Amino acid sequence: MDRNPNLRITDFNEVDLGLSREEVIAEAKRCIQCKKPRCISGCPVGIDIPAFIQAIADEKFQDAADIIKKDNMLPAVCGRVCPQETQCQGECILGKKDLPISIGQLERFVADFERKKGAKCPKCAPATGKKVAVVGSGPAGLACAAELARRGHSVTVFESLHEAGGVLMYGIPAFRMPKDIVQYEIDQVKRLGVVIKTNHIVGRSVSVDELLSYDAVFLGTGAGLPYFMGIPGENLPGVYSANEFLTRVNLMGANKFPENDTPVKVGKKVVVVGGGNVAMDAARVARRMGAEVTLMYRRGEADMPARLDEVRHAKEEGIIFMTATNPIAILGGNNTVCGVQAVKMELGTAGDDGRCSFYPIEGSEFAVEADVVIEAIGQGPNPLLLRMLPELTRNRNGSVAVNCLGETSIQKVYAGGDVATGAATVILAMGTAKEAAVAIDHMLKK
Amino acid sequence: MGKYTIVQARALSEAVFEMWIHAPQVARHAKAGQFCIIHADGAGERVPLTISGTNGDNIRIAFMAVGTTTKLLATLKTGDELRDVAGPLGMPSDIAEGGETVVIVGGGVGVACTPILAQAAKDAGNYVIGIIGARNRDLLIFEDDMRAICNELYVTTDDGSYGIKGFASGPLKELCESGRKIDKVWIIGPGMMMKVTSEVTRPFGIRTYVSLNPVMVDGTGMCGSCRVTVGGEMKFACVDGPEFDAHEVDWNDLMTRQRMYLSEEKQSMEYHEEHHVCRCRKVE
Ligand SMILES: Cc1cc2nc3c(=O)[nH]c(=O)nc-3n(C[C@H](O)[C@H](O)[C@H](O)COP(=O)(O)OP(=O)(O)OC[C@H]3O[C@@H](n4cnc5c(N)ncnc54)[C@H](O)[C@@H]3O)c2cc1C
Ligand SMILES: Cc1cc2nc3c(=O)[nH]c(=O)nc-3n(C[C@H](O)[C@H](O)[C@H](O)COP(=O)(O)OP(=O)(O)OC[C@H]3O[C@@H](n4cnc5c(N)ncnc54)[C@H](O)[C@@H]3O)c2cc1C
Ligand code: SF4
Ligand code: SF4
Ligand code: FES
Repeated sequence: MDRNPNLRITDFNEVDLGLSREEVIAEAKRCIQCKKPRCISGCPVGIDIPAFIQAIADEKFQDAADIIKKDNMLPAVCGRVCPQETQCQGECILGKKDLPISIGQLERFVADFERKKGAKCPKCAPATGKKVAVVGSGPAGLACAAELARRGHSVTVFESLHEAGGVLMYGIPAFRMPKDIVQYEIDQVKRLGVVIKTNHIVGRSVSVDELLSYDAVFLGTGAGLPYFMGIPGENLPGVYSANEFLTRVNLMGANKFPENDTPVKVGKKVVVVGGGNVAMDAARVARRMGAEVTLMYRRGEADMPARLDEVRHAKEEGIIFMTATNPIAILGGNNTVCGVQAVKMELGTAGDDGRCSFYPIEGSEFAVEADVVIEAIGQGPNPLLLRMLPELTRNRNGSVAVNCLGETSIQKVYAGGDVATGAATVILAMGTAKEAAVAIDHMLKK
Repeated sequence: MGKYTIVQARALSEAVFEMWIHAPQVARHAKAGQFCIIHADGAGERVPLTISGTNGDNIRIAFMAVGTTTKLLATLKTGDELRDVAGPLGMPSDIAEGGETVVIVGGGVGVACTPILAQAAKDAGNYVIGIIGARNRDLLIFEDDMRAICNELYVTTDDGSYGIKGFASGPLKELCESGRKIDKVWIIGPGMMMKVTSEVTRPFGIRTYVSLNPVMVDGTGMCGSCRVTVGGEMKFACVDGPEFDAHEVDWNDLMTRQRMYLSEEKQSMEYHEEHHVCRCRKVE
């Protein structure tokens, strides 16, 4: 159940309050327990969805939690942020005629149930004496670390920021992903014996030689490098990458300035550029800080890569959608931003990827008023460490090349998550990280 | 000993403070030209400060108390703890393996960055000329350190209360004009000082580095707050710099962005003065 939009834009508390016990049981009973469950194939980590739904229907919530946790370490997170409509729920057979089962909501309920009750710590295999270094504490790093710890290896996670969690902490806002839940999940990983060293930038505070002295290395450094559009006016004060804007608010608490020292500019009128989850988050944060927000996206609404729920929530919260529109310059003078010069786009037919082509309409330029502009047009892998590993083969888009085991071109160095796949999803990051962890385990036990 | 304990804190002048901090992972890897990020407490800002020296597991910082964080830091004593110290960040200075004559110019609090740089250049076998300047005698820092390291040292004060009267650019100009071989020049100080001083070397075609100080958040290339324009290209000072070719820097761009939060900085100062907030002692 979602909170009233007029209320929720006044705070950072969770928007979707989830389902009640009665509701989840009723929803679970709707599942027809398919013989060949298509939902499972839609889940990147292959959770045994019908089995956990059956457990819910039988009111055995702990059993449901145990089933999910076999494949997914962070169910409270994934239940909330997975793009279910294109994954598990998108495949659910019931969705053909009726509504699909709300698998994400069920997963979230079970995880919240277990957390409130206090989860028991899973047993780890006897110590192997092998040491693994994990770089980055986002979903990929955490998933890899947990899997390896369970298999008896000694794991150290290095995180450059002062908090663990990666995008879950600094990117996704609290109204979508409450920080105490993220912290709880991180604590679960620590309970397995994983050591997390914050303020440790690998490549700087930890040298490459030190890194390679571990028995195995997992790179989960994410895709944190923000891209800029390369249009005039981009360096004016008041122009942000979504990463900076969100980090200032989510990690540094700039919404509580001056109680917290880190400031952020939130104008009266904000233009956010982009159509993904990052753009929605930036827009909704700006809205909560009191701005009138316009979202500019160069294609149509149906092409937006954001989760459906986020698009819906954003609209309910009064974000103005300006689709088929692309900025060509940020206007300003006197060292402040005063607007965005944009051009309308003609949308063509859908290409192979199902998304439509687009081209600017001549003479359609117009200006939108704005005092803050936030660019959320995509991110690449952070070059800091990768530059220091020249032997590492990279893909054309700059991501780290891996095989199906997560092995990179450097012996005993593995990679997973956004740094290998390009900016993707939490669950995919965890899925690839887990596969790499299994491969690392095999290598170490050889 | 706690994680990031201040092992020694003292005032170098009325407004400039020096601190030695226990931060092994920073100290063991720090090189000249690099900086660290200090996050004094949970509610605080992450502020970048140059690493001005190392000693075993400790690093030295020197800072001017200009705003909320730095004034707060200035109240801390030996034995207090900081919540976070991250680093070393940025690229090390481009120091040749000997045989070069280098001039290192420091102005104001920028002098804090010069000893570690001068020492590294000297240790690599280069001939090191130092020029350090301050507004007046009381604000001059690290003269002894620099005198001990440099082959030659020139000291200037704006008001002539000590050393040569005038700006640090004066002795630099004379050196350039003297026809002596100068391979590289570093200029470190406030934005305006770096901008003006680097014009001295431009006609002589001498490779000149400046250490840029845009507003930063993470210091690891993740936010773009520190973007600067160098040679017409967007660079992130925290990973591509902070040292850049002085003659390629777009100074207006830098200084405009540095002033982005002027009104917020004032608001923050007023808030903290009013609330007498002193949170640092109780690090969570
Ligand atoms: C605003 C936003 C909203 C999103 N919304 C959703 C959503 O709703 N649903 C969804 O499924 N996905 C969403 N995503 C994408 C998802 O968050 C990412 O795909 C996922 O976090 C990737 O995980 P990761 O572990 O690979 O990387 P990250 O989460 O980026 O973590 C990488 C970590 O590595 C650290 N690091 C980097 N370099 C170093 C180094 N040299 N040394 C030490 N540490 C280092 C970083 O500080 C960071 O903490 C969103 C992303 C953003 C930015
Ligand atoms: C790579 C680098 C190295 C630096 N080295 C030193 C040093 O050795 N000694 C020293 O005294 N100062 C140094 N600075 C500047 C120092 O970071 C700022 O003076 C400090 O952040 C001021 O914080 P404040 O809260 O006290 O002041 P505020 O009132 O917040 O700001 C005062 C001034 O500091 C600048 N500033 C504010 N926040 C930041 C931030 N997060 N990052 C960068 N600048 C900011 C503002 O533009 C303003 O000009 C360095 C900056 C950089 C980027
Ligand atoms: S992890 Fe994500 S995709 Fe898999 S079942 Fe849960 S919500 Fe669906
Ligand atoms: S596809 Fe839908 S109905 Fe079938 S098992 Fe999966 S969730 Fe249940
Ligand atoms: S400070 Fe964030 S990218 Fe440089």
